[in-house]
Amino acid sequence: MSEWWTYRLESFLLFSPRVYWRMFELHNAALWPLQLATLASGVVIVLLVLRRAPGHGTWIGLILGVLWACVGWSFLWNRYAGINWAALYVAPAFGLQGLLLAAAGASGGLACDRRDVTGRLGLLLVASGLAYPLLAPLLGRPWISAEVFGVAPDPTAIATLGLLVAAGGRWQPLLCPIPLSWLLLSGLTLRTMGEGQALVPLAAAGTAVALLILRRAPSSTPA
Amino acid sequence: MITRRRFIEAATACGAAFALPAPAPAATPAPMARAIPSSGERIPAVGLGTWITFNVGDDAALRDECTGVMAAFFQAGGRLIDSSPMYGSSQPVIGYGLGKLGRPAALFSAEKVWTSSPAHGAQQIEQSRRLWGVERFDLVQVHNLLAWEAHLETLFAMKAEGRLRYVGITTSEGRRHELFEEIMRRHPLDFVQLTYNIVDREAEQRLLPLAAERGTAVIVNRPFRQGALTRKLAHQPLPGWATEIGAGSWAQVLLKFILAHPAVTVAIPATSRIDHVRENVAAAADPLPDAALRQRMAAHVRTL
Ligand SMILES: NC(=O)c1ccc[n+]([C@@H]2O[C@H](COP(=O)([O-])OP(=O)(O)OC[C@H]3O[C@@H](n4cnc5c(N)ncnc54)[C@H](OP(=O)(O)O)[C@@H]3O)[C@@H](O)[C@H]2O)c1
Repeated sequence: MSEWWTYRLESFLLFSPRVYWRMFELHNAALWPLQLATLASGVVIVLLVLRRAPGHGTWIGLILGVLWACVGWSFLWNRYAGINWAALYVAPAFGLQGLLLAAAGASGGLACDRRDVTGRLGLLLVASGLAYPLLAPLLGRPWISAEVFGVAPDPTAIATLGLLVAAGGRWQPLLCPIPLSWLLLSGLTLRTMGEGQALVPLAAAGTAVALLILRRAPSSTPA
Repeated sequence: MITRRRFIEAATACGAAFALPAPAPAATPAPMARAIPSSGERIPAVGLGTWITFNVGDDAALRDECTGVMAAFFQAGGRLIDSSPMYGSSQPVIGYGLGKLGRPAALFSAEKVWTSSPAHGAQQIEQSRRLWGVERFDLVQVHNLLAWEAHLETLFAMKAEGRLRYVGITTSEGRRHELFEEIMRRHPLDFVQLTYNIVDREAEQRLLPLAAERGTAVIVNRPFRQGALTRKLAHQPLPGWATEIGAGSWAQVLLKFILAHPAVTVAIPATSRIDHVRENVAAAADPLPDAALRQRMAAHVRTL
């Protein structure tokens, strides 16, 4: 589009906050009680990391891979694209992230074998992704509009980044860009809508980047 | 706990309430109409925009709310509804509403073509037509001058074949006015659409006079600066001169300011509310401010 610099973020916002939050209500109502299963799978990921059972990385990669593909297909492609045509272009990236996560898991790239402070903070980020549904009532919205890990993109991206912080490894440069970009996009969308919640995905992305840098620093030795 | 069934029941009940035709306001006079210079056909001077407000996806309750807004719009005497393939689900939501309202004959459909691919234009217009569920569009405009040369060719060819009635181009927020002017001079456009309101008045310099000179109808978008003006003015008392022009609200003040420009044919405020759509259409009525009062109005709003 020519003269693109004359466009503000508001020029690209296609929907009202009311329609945006009702979209989550409709999506949750359509999928219920699948949310319980996706949340349980998140808890399983945390337990796998804590127990460090042999081959846990493979399972984590598989679970996260399936969830990313489902969020891309079910939420972005079939739901969000209804009010935001740009979601059609983002959905394939979620599919790709799913494939990458499964491949990383299968090749040992998601093994969380190190116990250090950054690793634990990474787990805390996973936990905050799982606790994300609490934001809805905390910010005065009904429970039914809650964003749930494995169903909505923001908590899925946050928990995934937490896991990547905990795992470290050479797959990180491949696995981090899509969740980080999504959180940036989501934060900007919420900000443009004037929603205070915008801070949450942006702060989560910032925290993840800081932890990823810390994790790669030479002083971060295995405990 | 809200189960899926309970949720759907509640949503349906809510939708049913909004789908009911709005009660007719007591003996509303027909809104002021303006002639389209290229044909002489007259259309009511306030239309309905659908950017954001009608992009509600497949949310059944909100689709019915939009239908309620359309019902009130037609009941008040409104005709022109403006949309674009860029506006998410607005097109199917309009189509849904028109279907529910029995495809009102009064409709004046104003669509846009919005694709950078010259070859895709005709196909996109056909897809839009199906989404609206109309036989043909009254007006198709090249949205924001995107691939305008090729699309104008397509649109003029379609007009010659009787597959649409009027051809136009759009811009907003003062973008590309020089090119816009050049196209207005070189092509026999029926309509132009541009931003004009009490604070964004660049169009007064060249485009509005040129439209008057060339006999091109003018659709005014962003009359309320996408709601920023109505929100800002909501807490300000209405000045005394508002009664002189029969304006009962700031929205009506803003619309009457626009409609008082002699080159303006239709202003197209968007709204998600039945009371607002009625208020907006009712602004298309005499008295309108004269040139001196318009200056005072603009000066007053600048001070707020
Ligand atoms: N390039 C282009 O072709 C282009 C660009 C921009 C716009 N457009 C067209 O022009 C239309 C209008 O522009 P717009 O939608 O950007 O903005 P607008 O019409 O200036 O403002 C819409 C806002 O005004 C509020 N509003 C409407 N009636 C009101 C009233 N009586 N009292 C108080 N508030 C009122 C609405 O809120 P409520 O829902 O609460 O009433 C809505 O948020 C668009 O919908 C679109 O069809 C075209």
